[in-house]
Amino acid sequence: MQAMQKKYNAIMTGNEAVAVGAKLARVGFISAYPITPQTTIVEKLAEMVSNREIQARYVEVESEHSALAATFASELAGVRSYTATSSHGLLYMHEMLHWTAGMRLPVVMSVVNRALGPPWNIWTEQTDTMNQKETGWMQVYCESNQEALDTILMGYRIAESNDVMLPIMSMEDAFVLSHTSEPVNIPEQDEVDAFLPSLDLKYRIDNNRPMGYGSYSTPDGPFMELKVDMMESMKNSRQTINRVTSEFRDAFGRDYSGMIEKYAMDDADYALIASGTLASTGKYVVKKMRESGKKVGLIRLRFFRPFPDREIVDATRGLKGVGVLDRSVSFSASGSVVSEVKSALYGNSSIPVTGFVAGLGGRDVRVEDFYKMFDYIEKGKTGKYYIGWKEAQ
Amino acid sequence: MILAPLADRSSRANHTDSWRILKPEIKYDKCIRCMICWKFCPDNAFTVVSGEELESPNPRVAALEAPVIDYDYCKGCGICANECPEKCIEMGIETKMVI
Repeated sequence: MQAMQKKYNAIMTGNEAVAVGAKLARVGFISAYPITPQTTIVEKLAEMVSNREIQARYVEVESEHSALAATFASELAGVRSYTATSSHGLLYMHEMLHWTAGMRLPVVMSVVNRALGPPWNIWTEQTDTMNQKETGWMQVYCESNQEALDTILMGYRIAESNDVMLPIMSMEDAFVLSHTSEPVNIPEQDEVDAFLPSLDLKYRIDNNRPMGYGSYSTPDGPFMELKVDMMESMKNSRQTINRVTSEFRDAFGRDYSGMIEKYAMDDADYALIASGTLASTGKYVVKKMRESGKKVGLIRLRFFRPFPDREIVDATRGLKGVGVLDRSVSFSASGSVVSEVKSALYGNSSIPVTGFVAGLGGRDVRVEDFYKMFDYIEKGKTGKYYIGWKEAQ
Repeated sequence: MILAPLADRSSRANHTDSWRILKPEIKYDKCIRCMICWKFCPDNAFTVVSGEELESPNPRVAALEAPVIDYDYCKGCGICANECPEKCIEMGIETKMVI
């Protein structure tokens, strides 16, 4: 049974929304280091801690590496923990990202997608998080401030599930979401408490039960088994994701069910795969093209890790062509997302795949750019195309 | 359920003796029980035994606590032999070595 769509009761930026999400999730520990455009998330949380609106310990640190190390430690002590970062700060966390996932700690972190230098640039693109795709963290790319808030709540439920136990990073596009106000529904605390029970970490540090944590393994020891278990848990987490997102829809009336969102896909001939706020512009163009009789649709990737391979194969079945929009720099054969889509389709489908790179360093991806992309997809082009790129004179 | 990298026993289970190529041996008749070898060992591979368990020509030395190498963990780095002020730790070839 689906709950009624809840009315908006606040207007807030994406960063305020995720801070409220962390508060509603009753996080007990927050540690972070400020970096534009993430700073206002932890500023808001610091204010809440200082005003005693949340019962949490807030620890200031000297770097992002330490921020995640502190978050790692408190999570290992059995306390639901939260941190947030962006861009170069996320890169500085890279080592601890592996430790958090490898230690099977269900941390939830907000990442505001921002470009990497050089040259310095604070606008949005996904290269920072695409660089973390093999760290064992689940990845969710949000499209609205509401989704960013809701993903914190769903994120803890998914991450803390006994058969998943992997951390999640939830993304917002820099400025487009992080610093732009939108109407949001803030759920009631008792509704959230009913949806998200308190954390019971089975292997938390306990003086009465001493254990070795991540200590040492020879090649013949359990090292390989532990890594295989991570990969299998990531792959199998789609069942938990489907269950939790459906429960969220039933409880709160907002539908994020599954790992991808299909927009106008039912009788589509051509489709574009996109994520984040570019999917919103894409949907607008799909609507316009539908009005003039073009059978086009859009697939929005909500989850990138685990990669929704079967979902993509199912959603693209019967299409005459598909395009993939990458908002990141990649030196792979095709592109960060295109490579994964092609890998999913290989052997299951023979439709042409068009690769697009657009919006780097926050460059606008305009409505006419989407028309151009759909034109390339219809023509069956299979290369990699830079959209909105000003060719050197 | 998942597999987490936890151990319900200590890392004492991880013997590192097979890493050893050179094997230190303390000549107790020359050892003055200064414990510098114990202090410098990077792997805590020394245990301490009470006096009178090990012989010494000097009865006052024999009454002191003495260092004993734990060959389950000694990796044969030779730091103890290098630091010993009496030069009474000899580095011999590890005879158990299997090639």
